[in-house]
Amino acid sequence: MSFLSYLINGISLGSVYAIIALGYTMVYGIARMLNFAHGDIIMVGGYAAFFAMVNGGLPPILSVLIAMAVCTVLGLVIERIAYKPLRMAPSLAVLITAIGVSYFLQNLALLLFGANTKTFQSVVTLPALSLAGGKLQISATTIVTVAACIVIVAALSLFINKTRIGQAMLAVSEDRGAAQLMGINVNSTIATTFAIGSALAAVAGVLLCSAYPSLNPYTGSMPGIKAFTAAVFGGIGSIPGAMVGGLLLGVIEILGRAYVSSQLSDAIVFAVLIVILLVKPTGIFGHKIQEKV
Amino acid sequence: MKKKCFSVLLAMVLAVTALAGCGGSKDSGETSKAVENTSEAAEGGEETTGGEGAFKIGGIGPVTGDTAIYGLAVQNGMTIAIDEINAAGGINGYQIEMKFEDDQSDPELSINAYNTLKDWGMQMLLGTVTSGACEAVVAETYEDNMYQITPSGTSVAAIQYENAFRMCFSDPAQGAESAKYIKNNNLGTKVAVIYDSSDTYSSGIYQAFAQEAQTQGLEIVAAESFTADTNTDFSVQVQKAKDAGADLVFLPIYYQEASLILAKANEIGYAPQFFGCDGMDGLLTLENFDVSLAEGLMLMTPFSADAEDELTQNFVAKYQEDYGEIPNQFAADAYDAAYVIKAAAEQAKITPDMDASAICDALKTAMTEISYTGLTGHDITWGEDGEPTKEPIVVKITDGAYEFM
Amino acid sequence: MKRMQKTTRSNFITYGIVIVGAVLLQSLDSAGKLSSLFSGLLVPLCTYMILAVSLNLVVGILGELSLGHAGFMCVGAFASAFFSKVTQGTMPDGLRFFLALLIGAAVAGLFGILIGIPVLRLRGDYLAIVTLAFGEIIKNVVNVFFIGRDVNGFHVSMKDAISLNMDAASGEIIVNGPQGINGMPRDSTFLVGAVLLLVVLIIVLNLTNSRSGRAIMSIRDDRIAAESIGINITKYKLMAFAISAAMAGAAGVLYSHNLATLAATSKNFGYNMSITILVFVVLGGIGSIRGSMIAAFVLTLLPELLRSISDYRMLIYAVILIAVMIFNWSRGGRTIKELTSVKLRGIARKKPRGKEAR
Repeated sequence: MSFLSYLINGISLGSVYAIIALGYTMVYGIARMLNFAHGDIIMVGGYAAFFAMVNGGLPPILSVLIAMAVCTVLGLVIERIAYKPLRMAPSLAVLITAIGVSYFLQNLALLLFGANTKTFQSVVTLPALSLAGGKLQISATTIVTVAACIVIVAALSLFINKTRIGQAMLAVSEDRGAAQLMGINVNSTIATTFAIGSALAAVAGVLLCSAYPSLNPYTGSMPGIKAFTAAVFGGIGSIPGAMVGGLLLGVIEILGRAYVSSQLSDAIVFAVLIVILLVKPTGIFGHKIQEKV
Repeated sequence: MKKKCFSVLLAMVLAVTALAGCGGSKDSGETSKAVENTSEAAEGGEETTGGEGAFKIGGIGPVTGDTAIYGLAVQNGMTIAIDEINAAGGINGYQIEMKFEDDQSDPELSINAYNTLKDWGMQMLLGTVTSGACEAVVAETYEDNMYQITPSGTSVAAIQYENAFRMCFSDPAQGAESAKYIKNNNLGTKVAVIYDSSDTYSSGIYQAFAQEAQTQGLEIVAAESFTADTNTDFSVQVQKAKDAGADLVFLPIYYQEASLILAKANEIGYAPQFFGCDGMDGLLTLENFDVSLAEGLMLMTPFSADAEDELTQNFVAKYQEDYGEIPNQFAADAYDAAYVIKAAAEQAKITPDMDASAICDALKTAMTEISYTGLTGHDITWGEDGEPTKEPIVVKITDGAYEFM
Repeated sequence: MKRMQKTTRSNFITYGIVIVGAVLLQSLDSAGKLSSLFSGLLVPLCTYMILAVSLNLVVGILGELSLGHAGFMCVGAFASAFFSKVTQGTMPDGLRFFLALLIGAAVAGLFGILIGIPVLRLRGDYLAIVTLAFGEIIKNVVNVFFIGRDVNGFHVSMKDAISLNMDAASGEIIVNGPQGINGMPRDSTFLVGAVLLLVVLIIVLNLTNSRSGRAIMSIRDDRIAAESIGINITKYKLMAFAISAAMAGAAGVLYSHNLATLAATSKNFGYNMSITILVFVVLGGIGSIRGSMIAAFVLTLLPELLRSISDYRMLIYAVILIAVMIFNWSRGGRTIKELTSVKLRGIARKKPRGKEAR
């Protein structure tokens, strides 16, 4: 019975990773950059929802929407100020800028919101699901997280495959130069990607803080790195890959902690990642890298 | 080519200015002092102009980075104490200047902070806040023969030299005391421990606890750990404690993580007796925390913001007024440490014209002669090893407030 | 021939900067003219300059992104610290530190080979994430080791210090899990650091101008073309990776023997540190050895110089980082720079300007 309970916890954690990883993967696929500040946008989303709920007294649903709005605007501003001027720069330069943005957001949050941890109250207020005579408890937050993850993946897939903007995104990710020649506005497509990625980060932030109700300026940084790992796991740039990668990562982390060593759970996660990448060098769902001679 | 040439030039110009800035910092002591005074006035809301013939007390702790909360608390507590001391006429009739430097709780940066303070002319050090950094700095202060009192560095090695003293309990003391208390009061027979293996404080207490538990005949049925990188998901640790049938869970960790563990235990319907150490203090002040989760939790703490005595109440009121928060034990330890410096300085009759080494020699003797009563204990005395003798107070959380046992 | 001379001249300028800088700082320090802060920073400055130069070998010369450099530093630091702690008092300090340096570099180099073999099959961001993973694994694994010594020899545990079951009287814990190694002999001096930096520079600059170096750079520029003309890709990649790791290990030795205590935290040996080193490399100019050295110097000093603005300093640091990147790489910033650099060259026409190893 405890195995099942570990598994459920793993899936719950994995779903959060998956939603964060989706943001990573989308931005990477289209803008070809590792947005290291993604984890910190999650943190901002968490704070926005927290203040809306606790200080503004707003209902949870509205708070989530506010958090999404805040993060979308933030994502667009960051893209405009820090990333857009570097569109033609080598990817390493953009990576370092993203790290700079990450430091900036963390330290700004520290100054604005203080170092003290805030206890987030779950946006899900439903009672837990009790199975097998109370031996197995599944919290409502877990159920909502998993459901949100599935809905987001489905919606994103539909969006990318069925809408014009989605198709434009695909085109840009395939070949930016050719897309531009076909009359696609590359800049606005990338900006849209950032907007969507940041809105997803807000959702992830709210769900992360609902499942693990503690919020401080560094809340997003470790989940951010883990989700990045998850995105690579699944094949960076692939949407189903991000979901599978996130779930796998969460489950491995929890089971590793439960059955091998609680101190080495991160080491186990990373070891599995290495093995998978050695077998499939571009992740589970990754495209093969084409080489031109 | 051009670009590279320019970058190199730019970097060199920067480096040269940096060097000049550094070399100059020694001579321009006056200016930096002025800057410091203004920033302090802004922070403390009160002017602490020392002028000539003032004691210079430095503080070190993390005020940025993920442990900033502890460093900020120490900075605040220390500022309040020093403002009070200055308002009441200072030490031996001399005012005190204070300066607090950031170390992000990293040993290397802590040394930088210490050296910055030395350049400023520090005579006594109140710091550092975290154990790891403290172990690095104490080697320096020992070499320089600089008096040091750490408000919250708990590891044994943090005060291994004779120039260093401690305000809080040491790790072994807390671990052993907790085990004894649990045994003597029959709080539980099967004990689970959840600790932070990447943290010196937490793993230090755990080791001492496990050792004492063996002698006391307490059975540790589960010893689960986590690290600073995995301090959000506690489902496994709590589940294991539950599965092992532990009736008491010992949590030698800080309150942020403890709040998550309590929430998790509640979620899976596990309600053992929880027992924490001084790091648990602050739990009730967590913004938006559901205090009913902590009902019945016991902790060993030297400080309680709820205490009825006048000293505590004044301190808590002042702290809330200045910083808008309820102080935790870090702030209280720092506040006490500043007053301990005052007590020892008055005992040794030191004056600001003495150099740091002479002050240290005088204070070393004085520390073993004073007896101090403050926020975190009554009639505290220090041995030559720098450890304070304090009686731990155990409190139980009842109806969202501390109840003294 | 002319190009040869140019690179040689440039290399000697780099050595010159280091030697003149070292002599200047050392004499200022001996004369007590340096502030305590700055004289305390001398060894860390050397450490970070070595790290930056060594990472540049992988990122700039080999052209692979590594995010696990701090892991090698960690290996070197712990291997040498363990050695020093165990042999403390059994041999002269100088000899012990020299041996510690060799051990740290060798063990880190060995790890470089072990990790390099699987990792270097991957490319681009996948390689980056795997190096990050290895770095984190190293940090995590180091933290679970408890090693003690008593009359019966060494005891190792991966659980806690109690399970070492040591003899109570003679037992001494050497590596105390996450609390690391305490009471390190503090052997690192600025002189050693400067000499080490010079050695590292000589190795890297000579390597890049050698046959092997050109092979490595050809892999960076066009892997397939390099392979087709018979260059052994794996061998040269591994070579660059292992040398870089060994030098990071040496930096780790310098780091660990500079502080009285050594513990692996996410701050000093985690991915944050790897990224910090990467920032040095990118900001100094990818492939420019001298540039990364100078960037490491400036960026290590910067937060210390910003101390007067206390609470805001890390925020300002971040802003400066972003601003410099945008200035360096955006179109507008580049135009301004071109213009200024033309003007500057007009003023300092005779100023020697060399192209680095690239």
